Amino acid sequence: MPRFFQRRPVRIIGIALIVAVLLIASLALGSLKHYSPQNYIQLILDGLRAGSIYALMAMGFVVVYSVTGIINFAQGEFVMLGAMICLSVDAMNLPLSPALKMIAAIAAGVLLTTGIGILMERLTIYPARRSSAVTLIIITIGVTITLRAAALLIWGADPHVLPAFTTLALEDRIFRFGGVMIQAQSLWIWATLAVILILLYVFLQRTLIGKALRACAVNRRAAQLMGINPSRMSMLAFALAAALGAVGGIVLGPVTRPIYDMGVMLGLRGFVAAIIGGLVSVPGVVVGGLLLGVIENLAAGVTDPAFKSVVSFIILIAILLLRPQGILGGGEKSTEEL
Amino acid sequence: MKRIRSHGNAIGVVLFAAVIAALGAVDVFRPFGLRFSDLTGRIVTMDTMIRIGILTIVVVGLNLLMGYAGQISLGQAGFYALGAYASGILTTLAARHGILPGIADTWWWAWLAMIAGMILTGGFAYLVGRPILRLKGNYLAMATLGLGFIINIVSGEFPGLTGGNDGLTEIPRLRIGGFALWPMQRYYFLVWGMAILVIVVAVNIVNSRVGRALRAIHTNETAAGTSGVDTERVKVQALVISAVLASLAGSLYAHFQSAVSPNPFGFTVSVQLVTMAAVGGLSSIWGAPFGVATLFVISDLLQSRMENVLHIQGGGYEMILYGILLVLIMIFLPAGVTTSGVEWVRRLRRRWARSSGVETV
Repeated sequence: MPRFFQRRPVRIIGIALIVAVLLIASLALGSLKHYSPQNYIQLILDGLRAGSIYALMAMGFVVVYSVTGIINFAQGEFVMLGAMICLSVDAMNLPLSPALKMIAAIAAGVLLTTGIGILMERLTIYPARRSSAVTLIIITIGVTITLRAAALLIWGADPHVLPAFTTLALEDRIFRFGGVMIQAQSLWIWATLAVILILLYVFLQRTLIGKALRACAVNRRAAQLMGINPSRMSMLAFALAAALGAVGGIVLGPVTRPIYDMGVMLGLRGFVAAIIGGLVSVPGVVVGGLLLGVIENLAAGVTDPAFKSVVSFIILIAILLLRPQGILGGGEKSTEEL
Repeated sequence: MKRIRSHGNAIGVVLFAAVIAALGAVDVFRPFGLRFSDLTGRIVTMDTMIRIGILTIVVVGLNLLMGYAGQISLGQAGFYALGAYASGILTTLAARHGILPGIADTWWWAWLAMIAGMILTGGFAYLVGRPILRLKGNYLAMATLGLGFIINIVSGEFPGLTGGNDGLTEIPRLRIGGFALWPMQRYYFLVWGMAILVIVVAVNIVNSRVGRALRAIHTNETAAGTSGVDTERVKVQALVISAVLASLAGSLYAHFQSAVSPNPFGFTVSVQLVTMAAVGGLSSIWGAPFGVATLFVISDLLQSRMENVLHIQGGGYEMILYGILLVLIMIFLPAGVTTSGVEWVRRLRRRWARSSGVETV
């Protein structure tokens, strides 16, 4: 049952084993390339940065899946929209100081994307709410195609830039510790992940509407009998997922170059992270996201960057086959529901 | 239990084949200087028709897997790619490197490569099918998606074998003895001949013992298991059949394009294939060609008409509309265009019968 924040005996041994095997393998491969410890730390830090974004995306998948049973393919497009709207507003000629303009741009990115999420749910998911899983998957794919094509028209096929939060310029401040570099934006990303995690915890555990959302995830029919409107909860879930995606896209913006089709691969990675975490637990998918980011980056670092995405899909299939409930224990609902 | 209407099917096959043959004949004989594409206002060309035929073969397999066995696959383009690459590699590299001289130059080598591709792809599907088909619903969808992705990415590597991201070119055309199955009009008949054959075989599978087992699994896997259906075996069979069909279509595609590269076998294509199957109607073999054709015509129509009407270059608008149409079809015709259409006609007929006072069941 999805309980979002239930304290569960985390299978530390299992994770430790996997991490140990992967570390030994990457050390062996890395020694062929004469990697120093700094190289590894750098790879792991970069992996944690990417992993934080995957975690934010995976939370969006979890919220929508738990409440509605839908795998929302458009999750990646929310990330793209968040970043794109933010950089467009930031590029506008507003009578504001750069810092205030950035804040306005971030707010606009999150709010507009949330609005798009709500619109998507009302216009496409709600009318088809009684359809089969395949139909609903194809519907979210249709929305994905539409959003991506609209983004191509609005923002063109070229990558854009979003200024770094610290410097409000293209050049970010970089901290150096020995041979290891950390961009200030990485710190923003980690801080955002932590804040979002706390906010989500408070929202789901301490507020009435959050509790209603959880009730809906546990048992939709029972929740309905208790006077909770499942259609409203479905809308809320999509709004939340869109907001989470937009935040991810905005904090990621300065370290990548946002482009209209960035949602595809990000969405898939976010989904892999969600699967690692078991699809129904928020802390689970955060660990899943970070783990995926690190593994992927290490694997790409010690072998060939081209195999980066192969690694994540091999992990995906391996976990689906060995532990479909995710490596952190978790959802018994998942395999039976659909 | 639904009555098996072998009679109606035979008539359907003959009618369908006749229409397809007539369409092809227009381009061969050019009556009144007409070409095939003129009949459709230059929207559907011979080239499109061949593509529809090729994808029909894949979608029929997907129908068996999804509509009858109830197992989703978002990685079908991977099997499609395996067939295309098997044909591409065996027909170009053997000749280039002088392996098997005398055999690799014969006309039947390409056909042998096609069959080899089907056996390899089927074997691969069998190997991965056992573990993967234990998963259900969304999980199976994602595992197959991952599989398709891995095949796609790996096919872009190993330049020596697969040509890397540029792919393989100069794949020879098919021929039978000295008779080349090219120009396009000849290839059209080959592709559609195979497509109709595949449809007939699939309809027979559906109406056989295996088909009943598949449907039983779709309805309730546990119940099917307790009634003596070896569910695991039957599901793997369905996957293998769909993979073999995808491989056949891939080979036909390779010899049609005379080139293969990773690009036309990506995730988007897997999604398109599932969409085509869904639009045609998931549990309707006959829906396959109509589902494929519907999506092709929609995207071609949007592409050609949008440019004429709105004078916009570079596209983008048509993809927006394509996505919206996809959503609308799924919301309003979830059983697929064909099935919903048949249902609609039946309802109309019933209403007509009622108003004219005839009793119907």
